[in-house]
Amino acid sequence: MRNKAHLSILSRSSNVGLARITAATFAAELDFTLSELEEIKVAVSEAVTNCIIHAYPLEEGIIEMDLEIEDNKLIIVVKDQGVGIEDVQTVLQPSYSSKEDHMGLGLAFIDSFMDDFQLESQVNQGTTLTMIKIPEKHKKTVG
Amino acid sequence: MDISTKIAEKTLVASLKGEFDMDSVPAFKEKIITQMEKHGLINLILDLKKVNFIDSSGLGAILGRYRFLKNKGGRVFLLNLKPQVEKIFQLAGMLKLIPVFSDLTEALEEIKEGGISSAQ
Repeated sequence: MRNKAHLSILSRSSNVGLARITAATFAAELDFTLSELEEIKVAVSEAVTNCIIHAYPLEEGIIEMDLEIEDNKLIIVVKDQGVGIEDVQTVLQPSYSSKEDHMGLGLAFIDSFMDDFQLESQVNQGTTLTMIKIPEKHKKTVG
Repeated sequence: MDISTKIAEKTLVASLKGEFDMDSVPAFKEKIITQMEKHGLINLILDLKKVNFIDSSGLGAILGRYRFLKNKGGRVFLLNLKPQVEKIFQLAGMLKLIPVFSDLTEALEEIKEGGISSAQ
């Protein structure tokens, strides 16, 4: 099975729900359980929230989300062209947050709920977060 | 997210409905802070029976109220968590801080009797 979709949204808080519903609806093509679809919604919500808060702190920008299904594997890429991250290793530390009123749990949730994720960033160029999830029932057959 | 409030046993009982993400945080803070200050309350019960989604932004808003009220000697309780919402609280370690009830009367009784200490 192979499918692709793309969503381009402004970095507004009202678009966070749109992004996670889109991702969950797309992911439902695979044999994910309801619980796994909820996990995908949380991961996407955290990814898009990070773009809004950290990538575009002063003005609105564009967030791109690419969704792909390939051999029972869901690939979600969330990309911004914002301020970027100076030290990716630092933000990957548990509970790291550069904002006082945020918990720093976004990437920890993504790590818990997705099978794999990768964060790439360049200062003043933007950040790309790639997340992969395979339905539990297909994990033995998908590499 | 919709928020309705009532006062019982000198406690603000807020019933939330919908999805609790960064888009809902400003209205949540405004409503809770306004109601609690207006009525001089320091205890808060959040009924999440009709909340079907929460992420770290929602958790952060609740934790912010918990820390603020705890410093004033008040308490925060959670009511009626759906399994998917409870999982998020659990992962964040917040269930070690904030007691969860499935019955409002029971939660109000705890507040009345001071049965659960706010000092963790």
